[in-house]
Amino acid sequence: MSESTHHEMWEKLNMDLAAHDGLLEVLGKFYGDIYLSQENRLKGAEYLDFVLSEVHGLRIKELQDAKEQGRKVVGTFCVFVPEEITLAADAIHVGLCAGAEAGSELAEQLVPRNTCALIKSFIGFKMAKLCPYIESSDMIVGETTCDGKKKAYEAFNEIAPTYVMEVPQTKSEAARDLWKSEVLRYMKAVEELTGVTITAEKLKQGIKITNGKRRALQRLTSLRAASPAPISGRDALLVNQISFYDDPIRFTAKINELCDELEARIETGDGVAPADTPRLMLSGCPMAVPNWKLPYVVESSGAVIVGEESCIGTRNSRDLVDESGETLEDMIDAIADRYMKIDCACFTPNQERLDNITSLAKDLKADGVIHYSLLFCQPYTHESLKVDKALQVEGIPMLSIETDYSMEDVEQLKTRIEAFVETLA
Amino acid sequence: MIAGLDIGSRSIELVTLIDGKVAEAKKLPTTFDPVSQCFKLLDGLRPASLVGTGYGRNLIQRLELDCEFSTITEIKAHALGAAHLFPEARTVLDIGGQDTKAMSLAGGRVLKFEMNDRCAAGTGKFLEYTAGVFQIPVEDFGPYALKGVNPPEISSICTVFAETEATSLMARGEKPEAIALGLHKAIVKRTANMLRRVGLNFPLVFTGGVANNPCVLDLLAQSVGGEIGRDILVPDNPDYMGALGAALHRHNNDAARAR
Repeated sequence: MSESTHHEMWEKLNMDLAAHDGLLEVLGKFYGDIYLSQENRLKGAEYLDFVLSEVHGLRIKELQDAKEQGRKVVGTFCVFVPEEITLAADAIHVGLCAGAEAGSELAEQLVPRNTCALIKSFIGFKMAKLCPYIESSDMIVGETTCDGKKKAYEAFNEIAPTYVMEVPQTKSEAARDLWKSEVLRYMKAVEELTGVTITAEKLKQGIKITNGKRRALQRLTSLRAASPAPISGRDALLVNQISFYDDPIRFTAKINELCDELEARIETGDGVAPADTPRLMLSGCPMAVPNWKLPYVVESSGAVIVGEESCIGTRNSRDLVDESGETLEDMIDAIADRYMKIDCACFTPNQERLDNITSLAKDLKADGVIHYSLLFCQPYTHESLKVDKALQVEGIPMLSIETDYSMEDVEQLKTRIEAFVETLA
Repeated sequence: MIAGLDIGSRSIELVTLIDGKVAEAKKLPTTFDPVSQCFKLLDGLRPASLVGTGYGRNLIQRLELDCEFSTITEIKAHALGAAHLFPEARTVLDIGGQDTKAMSLAGGRVLKFEMNDRCAAGTGKFLEYTAGVFQIPVEDFGPYALKGVNPPEISSICTVFAETEATSLMARGEKPEAIALGLHKAIVKRTANMLRRVGLNFPLVFTGGVANNPCVLDLLAQSVGGEIGRDILVPDNPDYMGALGAALHRHNNDAARAR
């Protein structure tokens, strides 16, 4: 990673340079072991390698340059924040760091110990001054998806002012009305932040860009139904992770190129693993950069991952915003409707998720599913029992894994996952 | 000759097969130098293939023996061993040094399994640790606990906290045998839940070193409502099931290839 040229920028962002250098070093090594060691990788992965190597470097430089030209940066933690609106106000929409154990001890000053690793991570990244995205953000947006996050934002607000969107817990008419009002409130807040008035024309463009990104990700998902698997689960996860950081137009073009390469590969019957390799789908909590632990363990246990039913996966790309609306009002309705389709485990009931998981597993010809819950994540841990039952009906075996970001349980995980793969072979 | 080596957290077991029949079975404590212990067990033997299992299964690559190496997980190994001795087995429970596993079987294959996570509560380690409180060897802990009546409830699922609880109960004047029984009940309660989650069907084969503990066996039979010897089966040497299963895995593969 090109640290030296970026040091000045990081210093301006008031980051802890020594600790950040340490983080980048670990990350670089981790990336080398998990990603660069892969065989028969796609040419398109060069883009992934480059974006990741510059995820705290050139991309942050781009954000700074944009800020100098008067554009604003909105930092988010969740797929519920409507990117269409952010883009319509000429602002930049990014996901914030939440995938490493950095600063977790510090976070325990603000949240209880038995809080999930993702929450501890974003608080820890801020407190330890390690996330250049949060330091570049002009607005930080939280959301009331789970109790852990809801209460964490109260504490987080003290150190980083956080705008919180109220995500409803059911899919009733009243809930949809509430959500629409929240979308409108967000639009006003973004207009205030940027000084840009969001017009129908601008919002249409925002919808087009965001849908384009989702279409590219949908294309990738459907290509992974091919056997042998044309791309590793690790690389596909990375594509999904990068979708939260990179410029959406560049990302869409690059991922479409990668999909062209995949199509050519599928044509020749080439893959990353032999055709008889057990195919697994991951389902559950999101895996933020650099949380590659589980995919790595799975793919070094004789299996290949063919899909991610997760916020950093199909939950983010499955549904598009209807593009037929011409007025601002129509488009806001279309956005509200699209986001209400998200099958997050914070909803009750949440039958859609079970249906989506079983149909995705079938579409991707998965031999089994690994359900991943972060330790202390109540919504997803609860649903793992339901998912197991729903998959049983379809005759698809499932293994439930509960873990966090630490590496101490890798050997235990390996034993379980290898044993699960043995039952499928 | 095929050798199966089960490198566990507490002990290493070796089983050798010649023409599919057990030729030799022996064990040594794991110690801090498992590789040397493996060498001792294999001393003088020239297996054509060696199958590793247990948490240290990958250590077999370091043995530099002139034979074929492979590994399987202890889950598959215990299932294979149990199903070999009891072909009618529907469920297998293995309680070893640091892991407890429950598996449901169909035709000798694992359908579903559950395993304790990184915490060793409810495993052999739990018994060993808490036996220490009573200053008796873990081998004698089961018979000792069987003498207990009116066991107090040990609520904790954590080994360290269970010790604290046992110590407080002693300070309150509870009889040590009753506390020992309470500790055994705690481990069985945890185990029974694990068995139910994989869908308990009889016969259940109980393997691993803890299957030698008569108190755990009795309480298990009471808890899941089965009769020992009919519904709940314990092999003669339950701690060798992993090593046996590992060796059988290779034997079965060879046999399938020969057909």
